[in-house]
Amino acid sequence: MSPLLDVTDLRVTFATPRGDVKAVQGVSLSLEQGKTLGIVGESGSGKTVLSRAIMGLLPLQGVTQTGSVIYEGDEILNAPNARLRRLWGTHIAMVFQDPMTSLNPVLRIGQQITEPLKIHLKLDRAEARETAISLLTQVGIPSPIERYDAYPSQLSGGMRQRVMIAIALACAPRLLMADEPTTGLDVTVQAQILDLLATLQRDRQMGMILVTHDLGVVATRTDEIIVMYAGNVVERAPTDVLFSRMAMPYTEALLRSTPRIANPSHTRLLTIEGRPPDLSSPPPGCPFAPRCPYVQDKCREAKPPLTPSAVPGHSYACWFPLGSGTRTDGKVGVA
Amino acid sequence: MTDIISPDIAPLMPGMAASSIDAEGDPTQKKLGVFFWICASWIVFVILLAIFAKVLPFPNPTFQNYSAPQNAGPALGHLLGTDDLNRDILSRLVYGARVSLVVGFGGAAIGMIIGGIPAMISAYRRGRTDTFLNTTSYVLLAFPVIVALIVIIDFWGRSLPKITLIIGLFSAPLIYRVIRASTLSYATRDFVLAAKALGASDRRILAREILPNIMPTVVSFGLIAVATIIVLEGTLAFLGLSVAPPTPSWGNMLDEGSTLLSGGAGQNNPWLVIFPAAAMFLLLITLNVVADKLRSHFDVTEIKL
Repeated sequence: MSPLLDVTDLRVTFATPRGDVKAVQGVSLSLEQGKTLGIVGESGSGKTVLSRAIMGLLPLQGVTQTGSVIYEGDEILNAPNARLRRLWGTHIAMVFQDPMTSLNPVLRIGQQITEPLKIHLKLDRAEARETAISLLTQVGIPSPIERYDAYPSQLSGGMRQRVMIAIALACAPRLLMADEPTTGLDVTVQAQILDLLATLQRDRQMGMILVTHDLGVVATRTDEIIVMYAGNVVERAPTDVLFSRMAMPYTEALLRSTPRIANPSHTRLLTIEGRPPDLSSPPPGCPFAPRCPYVQDKCREAKPPLTPSAVPGHSYACWFPLGSGTRTDGKVGVA
Repeated sequence: MTDIISPDIAPLMPGMAASSIDAEGDPTQKKLGVFFWICASWIVFVILLAIFAKVLPFPNPTFQNYSAPQNAGPALGHLLGTDDLNRDILSRLVYGARVSLVVGFGGAAIGMIIGGIPAMISAYRRGRTDTFLNTTSYVLLAFPVIVALIVIIDFWGRSLPKITLIIGLFSAPLIYRVIRASTLSYATRDFVLAAKALGASDRRILAREILPNIMPTVVSFGLIAVATIIVLEGTLAFLGLSVAPPTPSWGNMLDEGSTLLSGGAGQNNPWLVIFPAAAMFLLLITLNVVADKLRSHFDVTEIKL
């Protein structure tokens, strides 16, 4: 069975006054129908740019995209908008980061949800209304008939994200991109939204790409995980393998900076020291070298390629994977 | 932000559930105030008078009634008096309103169409078209409008449709700038990208996503454009470049009246200036008030989101 989505060596470069910013530097991934892929990385790692490049939503001016994005056998990278428009909504849909800004403030919820139904499925007013109300019910909105006529400002953040999900799912897409769908929502609502996405994904057998900075979010809800750092894939593995056999120090650092509910109160929250590199002039060696606790001279000189490990499906980009070296920053111990 | 009232407790407080939804979010529920309605009524009143001038019992504005007193102040037979050619001033004011309103609203509408629509498209699409239109608008704005109008009208003629069209053309660059700025601030919002990602066409995004958001600007700036254009027409008329006498317009009434402002004995009639000036003043101030109140009324600020 050929995959739903196949991305090969995707590179995205933004032309800026300071020079070319290489936001995505050769990412390959593939996703099958009914599977969930997690893309994890901190702010500025290129995960949002990657997901928008896959969808073809980046502006055309000042952006260079090379490589290939194949959706159901068709090349869609750099395809004209007119062609993408036939995929957007009906084949590929996206749930955006911020539910506070991704709904139009002056249109009623009903209008926004019926819009794609009218455009793509050519439903008439009454049918669209009926479908919209059933969608609102599916995403768990109480009294959907009243909410249908509400404005976004009358709904809470969690409700708005539910509405966004309902809108994205309106035309039954086969691939759903969820770009940090829980930003700005409180923890309990986060869990509800993620569970809702997981349920809908399972019921509808959609392919889903879940983009997040939180390893905890993808741990139980994905089949495979890609860890991104500074525009590169630094580790990829099936979810269970990643957590049992992680090889890249960056993945470990990300995991360590996830707050745990089991920790006693006032446990110090661990962070990754330093900042991600400037993508307009990345360092010559491993991009994570300046912040890596296990760094050695070789790391600063040559960039490690993504190499497969002994476990099938697992690959990592590190000269000295976890377990092979010792900390070079003077501190002791691992997570 | 309105809390979501769960369905099981909502019936216990039906009034609260209903009012919290209606009062906070629906902008039409806010009060516009008495002053707004007085001003709006005046504008509607003037428009109705102008439309129905022919069927209302006004004498012909160009009829020189020699049985009426000449150059007289307000009196019972002629409520606002007569001018030096024995014409009824009230009637001339009402017919003069037609010129002001046609030029004002017509010119603003023409300006909106040839300035506003390209503004939305260029702000949304950006790129070369945007750069070109932008530069063009700056060049046109740097043009001395009155001088240009004097030359064009002198050569082309001074009928009402021509004057409306020309003034509309010259108002387009300013309208372009305002609408472009307003569109720009919405064109990069997330909800526009979200609509695009759902497969909405550019036309649909402009008409359904962006236009409702810039509508307050369109309406309020449109009314201010109407007011400005009425003044411009008055200026042209005062210079003798608007519709030709004897057809009355507020501007040419002012022009004719001003010659009698300090005339000799028995010729001095300040009413000829006061009435058209007052008519213009009242229409302009009401237009500005209505525009301003509407703008603040529909101003959905980020706080409300």
